[in-house]
Amino acid sequence: MKNLPLLFFGIFFMLAFSWSGLILSSVIQFGDLKPIALNEGETPMPIARVGVAQQGKEIYINQGCLYCHSQQVRRKGFGADWERGWGDRQTVPRDYILQERVLLGTSRTGPDLMTIGQRQPSADWHHLHLYNPQITSPGSIMPPFRYLYKTQKIGDAPSPNALNIPDTFADEQPPEGYEIVPTERAEQLVEYLLSLKLDYELPESRFAQ
Amino acid sequence: MSPLLSFFSKIDPQGETTVSPKVALSEVDQQMRLPAIMFITCAILWLLVGTLFAIIASFKLHTPDFLANWEFLTFGRARSAHLNAMAYGWSNNAIFGVGLWIMARLCKAKIRYSGMLILAGIFWNLAVVIGILGILTGGLTSVEWLEMPPQVAPLLAFSYVLIGMWGILMFRFRERGHVYVSQWYILGALFWFPWLYVVAQTMILFEPARGTIQALTNWWFAHNVLGLWMTPMGLATIYYLMPKVLGRPIYSYYLSLLGFWSLALFYNWAGVHHLIGGPIPVWLISCGIVASVMMVIPVVVTAINHHMTAVGNARACWCSPTMRFIVFGAMSYTLASFFGSWMALRDVNVVTHFTQFTVGHAHHGVYAFFAMTMFGGIYFMMPRLLAREWPSAKLIKVHFWCSGLGIGIMVVGLQLGGWIQGLNLNNADIPFTSSDPEALTIMKALVPWLFSRSVSGILLTIGHFAFFVNFAWMLIGPRAVRYKEGPTLLGKIEGKGA
Repeated sequence: MKNLPLLFFGIFFMLAFSWSGLILSSVIQFGDLKPIALNEGETPMPIARVGVAQQGKEIYINQGCLYCHSQQVRRKGFGADWERGWGDRQTVPRDYILQERVLLGTSRTGPDLMTIGQRQPSADWHHLHLYNPQITSPGSIMPPFRYLYKTQKIGDAPSPNALNIPDTFADEQPPEGYEIVPTERAEQLVEYLLSLKLDYELPESRFAQ
Repeated sequence: MSPLLSFFSKIDPQGETTVSPKVALSEVDQQMRLPAIMFITCAILWLLVGTLFAIIASFKLHTPDFLANWEFLTFGRARSAHLNAMAYGWSNNAIFGVGLWIMARLCKAKIRYSGMLILAGIFWNLAVVIGILGILTGGLTSVEWLEMPPQVAPLLAFSYVLIGMWGILMFRFRERGHVYVSQWYILGALFWFPWLYVVAQTMILFEPARGTIQALTNWWFAHNVLGLWMTPMGLATIYYLMPKVLGRPIYSYYLSLLGFWSLALFYNWAGVHHLIGGPIPVWLISCGIVASVMMVIPVVVTAINHHMTAVGNARACWCSPTMRFIVFGAMSYTLASFFGSWMALRDVNVVTHFTQFTVGHAHHGVYAFFAMTMFGGIYFMMPRLLAREWPSAKLIKVHFWCSGLGIGIMVVGLQLGGWIQGLNLNNADIPFTSSDPEALTIMKALVPWLFSRSVSGILLTIGHFAFFVNFAWMLIGPRAVRYKEGPTLLGKIEGKGA
């Protein structure tokens, strides 16, 4: 090739073309979506996640949960998301607009978590599952997150949030006089998981029948 | 004259007396010697580090209690450390070594002040070390291919500029005349990578774009790291070495032209296929699918070009260490790309998406094509830089067979297992896990295939270790010098040098 201006221009233009087409056009098309109320007088949805649940998202991020769990529901008829009860409707761009980091995920080694707060509303279940997934989900290949829990001496009375590990898991039982309790990070993470819900409708995505 | 201009005029070698091409090349080799050796040494060390994390992550996926109580090695962090060590450590150092060396040779540009290149390389590797330590200790960002804590991004970008700049400078001060196809690819890649990296870092981590635009940016970036950085560098290496070793020109200039421009046009848009079914406008997904399918054009064109160049030289391809790896890489490029186009179709994607099939495919492209090609490039480059031959043909054979078989088992295992996983995922009657040990579950069907990946990982580890030993032996071993016996070959060739 001898036409070097063409080479330089082409190299520049090709990437500029895809960047404009995919990203710039998206910013224009849906970069200023706002929360919206389905009927007048209702709270515009979605609402921002705050407080402990938001802190828990940091744990979710730095433990790398995303690499096995997605957070998106596909439309009924495409895959089995709907049949598995992962959500009553498909997720749309507006569902994610208030998230500083969007965690769609590209792997479903484990189930989708977009609505896990609705499917498993029990904090105790989540703590047992995080401490050792085999307790709640035998045969799971999820890693245990025991390091998010601490073993401590029982004080005057057992802590209300101590893990209630079934007797069948003898290896996981704390020593006599001790109990296993969640650390602050575990509490935050579970709070985040419980906050994952898709219990509102948007004009562009209504609950499927 | 401004200091910058005087710097440019100082490193401009024009006006010096012309010398014979062979002398010129050996001068280029002499000047690229230290930087290239440094990059390749770092690359191979990163390869070992990345392999270690890969083995840990792979074992963890079928035996979740393996090293489970160390937070810094939890699966999400170990696999991210693996990916980043391989992408930013091994791949980029290999590219800097092999790519810049090829660019220097084709430009016949003389490199002065190559100490700056070495310094920039040290900064780059330092940044990767900090980044990986960051991932392990809680700075993991969970943005695919950008897992390092954002704080290291400026250092990475800065040292990249100092390294990539040399490629541009070589081109600027090249010997006039025809510009070879490898130079187009390397020049393009050198521009594309920093652009992709800076835009993605900014739009996802520094000034996050709204909602799922982040996901679009993420896959525009991540897929293009493969498509517009590793692939062009791999293809440039093949285009340079294949005619070089076989002693015959590339089959068709026009096909290489068509291949380059169609790759630059279509690969750009293909990344959206990672979001099929996701919460982004459908027209964007359709664009991604169209571009993915159109990738058949550059792939077929490049395949014809490579195949027609190599055809009739099977013996040389088999006996030259370089050619053995490069031909393996070129064939994998064709195959992996066809799979990629096929996987982008909605009907196929609904099965393969979210499964290990994608993981298998990623390794097919990055390892079977890119890494194998880089191995070939290093096997060709090192003897010329060091004026020594590879000490052991046996170790090269071990490397080839372990890598070839290992990646073969991985790709077949993960794609078969992933396909089954995908069919099961789409059947709501099959649960992920079950308290009934007899029940069919997604996990039960998947775990044996994950085991096969660990087996392949052990093979790859052996191969990489053989490569490392051979390399270290060549670099420091006193007996490595073998001028008289000629090049290290993997078989006998009549009458032809390789």
